[in-house]
Amino acid sequence: MAYSEKVIDHYENPRNVGSMDKDETNIGTGMVGAPACGDVMRLQIKVSDDGVIEDAKFKTYGCGSAIASSSLLTEWVKGKTLDEAGMIKNTEIAAELELPPVKIHCSVLAEDAIKAAIEDYKSKK
Amino acid sequence: MKTPIYFDYSATTPVDKRVATKMCDCLTIEGNFGNPASSSHEFGWKAEDAVDEARKNVAELINANPKEIVFTSGATESDNLAIKGIAHFYHKRGKHIVTCKTEHKAVLDSCRQLEREGYEVTYLDPEDNGLIDLDKLKAALRDDTILVSIMHVNNEIGVIQDIKAIGEITRERKIMFHVDAAQSAGKVPIDMDELKVDLMSFSAHKIYGPKGIGALYVSRKPRVRLEAQMHGGGHERGMRSGTLATHQIVGMGEAFRLAKEEMAADNERIRMLRDRLLKGLDVIEETYINGDIDQRIPHNLNISFNYVEGESLIMALKELAVSSGSACTSASLEPSYVLRALGRNDELAHSSIRFSLGRYTTEEEIDFAIEKINDNIGKLRELSPLWEMFKDGIDISAIEWAAH
Repeated sequence: MAYSEKVIDHYENPRNVGSMDKDETNIGTGMVGAPACGDVMRLQIKVSDDGVIEDAKFKTYGCGSAIASSSLLTEWVKGKTLDEAGMIKNTEIAAELELPPVKIHCSVLAEDAIKAAIEDYKSKK
Repeated sequence: MKTPIYFDYSATTPVDKRVATKMCDCLTIEGNFGNPASSSHEFGWKAEDAVDEARKNVAELINANPKEIVFTSGATESDNLAIKGIAHFYHKRGKHIVTCKTEHKAVLDSCRQLEREGYEVTYLDPEDNGLIDLDKLKAALRDDTILVSIMHVNNEIGVIQDIKAIGEITRERKIMFHVDAAQSAGKVPIDMDELKVDLMSFSAHKIYGPKGIGALYVSRKPRVRLEAQMHGGGHERGMRSGTLATHQIVGMGEAFRLAKEEMAADNERIRMLRDRLLKGLDVIEETYINGDIDQRIPHNLNISFNYVEGESLIMALKELAVSSGSACTSASLEPSYVLRALGRNDELAHSSIRFSLGRYTTEEEIDFAIEKINDNIGKLRELSPLWEMFKDGIDISAIEWAAH
């Protein structure tokens, strides 16, 4: 399968790879997917007191499209409020990365990841 | 050294130049283009001679009689012809077939079709090393079993089944035995005098011949009969009609002749290269060889790098043409059914890479591959949340994952 240039770029130069302390109250962690399905995405956000995402980190086990989807997502959520970030749609990620139909689930996983991270952050408040 | 480097010889092989030259002589007006069935003129006779010569070469590689060779379009057709042909011809004896879960899809899907027609099929589970426990095979046989179909060498993991022992079991009980030998011909010595095999499928393009041609060995002693799938001019003793593709057949014959001549030397060289590759990859933490390492052709190394997903690894290894048992290369999310049948967990099945080496693989290519893989496994594990959890001592199998 041929990958789009954007997928290759994110895959070869993934942005914001890393981990943050999940026990900190200003950190929200979303881990979605399952090893058995071949995709696990972990997205972490650091949220300021006024509800803006200051930083985002990810680690992903999965195909190139899954890695690219999560890498792109970290770029997009930085600087957004929680409400804005929660409105990111998988279709926007799929369109930006030109994902083929069989890879749409990667973008769905990325949407799930940000939603799970926001929920985790809110549950700590 | 040119990249990408081809490590996918189990998928297909390039046609050997010596084979291509012979094939080209059978195409144009200056060449041997006649219809081998044209018995009224020299063009036909010449083409028939070329086909006879090729048939002899194919037979000689497996120590069979040329009359036992039926040319087909490839191993898939041979598998279909053998399984459905036997089932349909001998249905009055019984309607039970035994095969294995790790067979090629051409065998499994032929069996599925027969199930739809009212036959019963037992799909054996292999052991963890990919090999079949003969006692389990014996236990699966019934009075109405008419056919056992077991592959010689597995296409994904390269393990060699003991077809000599299986043949003893089936012949004693007068059950037909079909062997898919697409991945073993030219790699493992085959002697039909010694093996109690009734039908055997072959492909040309796995051993430096052209695609689109294969053969089915149909034993004469004891005589095996089957119902044709393709009807028409009654070619190949009525078992497979259709004008014989002289250039394809000549290509297959030459490829098989060369295989007989060069197999021993090729195998020795390839084993040395495979061992070098294995040594270079074995140093990586959390790697697992899939399939028995001893009962295996030297051409194959199937290895799982835990916590790294196969497709992303293949993407990183863009200079290496390898194949993955991982899901995402197809539209489904299912990992390799072969690795699943070995009892490999999903993570390891998703993390598998198949390297298959061949006639043109060099030491330099192996060393390049080792370096690339070592670099990229490290990089991808840095990206992997599972690797981080493993390193933190978290038991990943104890986590309740939400399947998606």
